[in-house]
Amino acid sequence: MNGVGSLEIHNLGVAYLRLEALTGISVQVQPGRLTGIIGPNGAGKTTLLKAMLGLIGIREGLVLYHDQPLQKQLELVAYVPQRSQIDWTYPATVWDVVMMGRVRKTGWFRSFSPTSRRLVQEALGRVGMDGYKDRPIGQLSGGQQQRVFLARSLVQEADIFCFDEPFGGIDWKTEKIIFDILHELAAAGKIVLVVNHDLGESITNFEDLILLNRKLIAAGKRKNVLTDNHLYRAYRGKVVFL
Amino acid sequence: MFATIIEPLQYSFIQRAMMMAIMVGVICAVVGSYLMVQRLALLGDAISHSLLPGLAIAFILGANIFVGAFIAGVISTILIKIIHTKSNLKEDAAMGIIFSAFFALGITLITVVQKENKIDLNHFLFGNILGVTWGDLRDTVIIAAIVILVVILLYKELLFYTFDKLGAQAVGLPVNLLDLGLMMLIGLTIVASLKAVGVVLVLSLLITPAATAYLLVTRLHQMMFLGVGVGVFSSISGIYLSYFYNLPSGPAIVLVASALFFLTFLFSPTQGILTNT
Repeated sequence: MNGVGSLEIHNLGVAYLRLEALTGISVQVQPGRLTGIIGPNGAGKTTLLKAMLGLIGIREGLVLYHDQPLQKQLELVAYVPQRSQIDWTYPATVWDVVMMGRVRKTGWFRSFSPTSRRLVQEALGRVGMDGYKDRPIGQLSGGQQQRVFLARSLVQEADIFCFDEPFGGIDWKTEKIIFDILHELAAAGKIVLVVNHDLGESITNFEDLILLNRKLIAAGKRKNVLTDNHLYRAYRGKVVFL
Repeated sequence: MFATIIEPLQYSFIQRAMMMAIMVGVICAVVGSYLMVQRLALLGDAISHSLLPGLAIAFILGANIFVGAFIAGVISTILIKIIHTKSNLKEDAAMGIIFSAFFALGITLITVVQKENKIDLNHFLFGNILGVTWGDLRDTVIIAAIVILVVILLYKELLFYTFDKLGAQAVGLPVNLLDLGLMMLIGLTIVASLKAVGVVLVLSLLITPAATAYLLVTRLHQMMFLGVGVGVFSSISGIYLSYFYNLPSGPAIVLVASALFFLTFLFSPTQGILTNT
């Protein structure tokens, strides 16, 4: 059971009331390969992440990691929600937020260990937010907020990393820092899943892609996914450049 | 000056009122901080108004009014959730419907039994801190101890949950239990505060000290500590004002807290409207 195996999604389906948000999604996510989830608006990219982690109810399907349901092993998952989901006026500092990544490892009724403090300090350095630990989160730029959340995911010491649109509305410096760290995580053999709506130049960072539009259109190596035929089926002719 | 401050304290009803006021000031500020950061101020109002029929029924049956109030609070919260989740109505509409219905039921019940019993509707609505008994004080001590212990033990989990519910759920924290725990804390705090300020004004002690502190500091625990200071100061000075000028005690406490809020709103070094132009 040691080491990172692949993440298997079997026939996943999600419905909101009578609307089919996702149907029959079956895909394997490989460790060590930076994997992007792409597709048009409303394709169900965020829904796929949330359904995998049990954050929303699913209609059918199974998500396995090491042949066990992923939802029973959430301590191995680091999830970064969309920035718009967060109340940035909340009274917390950068330090407080990154420390949240250590809550599960610390356990009930205990205070944070020196190891946790060291990990948080290191993670802040890694995302280039060293001098900001006492800064209220509301006083950060969008890119800095995103890097704080990245640091929070790093201190979780997870096997599986899920990012929901980490590149929305951020500066180029943050984008570079985030991609560098995502590549490092993949190189360390982690499973790294990133929801990304941008099909621009940055897409070449991804090794594997999952292309969705309510159904799975294609998955696998980037080159094999980004074919005219697949993109036409996903975007119904509404795009594309490349 | 010193003699003036000491003088009222020779009366045991003032001593009890002071102790009650301090405890209520503490737990309201702590729990109110959670209400405020979760944008649930209206829920506090809804729960407090909904307690009234529970108080009345407990009084009629001769049961402990704290227990009655707590049960009514739980029932109203559950009804609000049911209406909100089983229909397209938003939560604030559901709260508005339930809390006014419960409040009306409570006033009706108390008015009916008022004729045969010597109770005063005003005491339920606005509190009667000068009439606090040793038994009330004991109940409040127990509730305050529970509330503070739970907040200390679950501080890091509640911080995570109230800041980022999805994130907390994604690492496998039992978010439904945490939510239930918070609701219990809110309910217990309101019940414990009823003797001091009554169902109508308790919202002020929950929100105003926490909001005042929010304008001055940047972390949740700092907000709680400073809020406690504001709450306790308001409670104590409210009782003095009440004693010396013969004012109703609950409203006097609320007015002091509100005055502190407005001063901070104007002059806070970081967020004051006059100091940051």
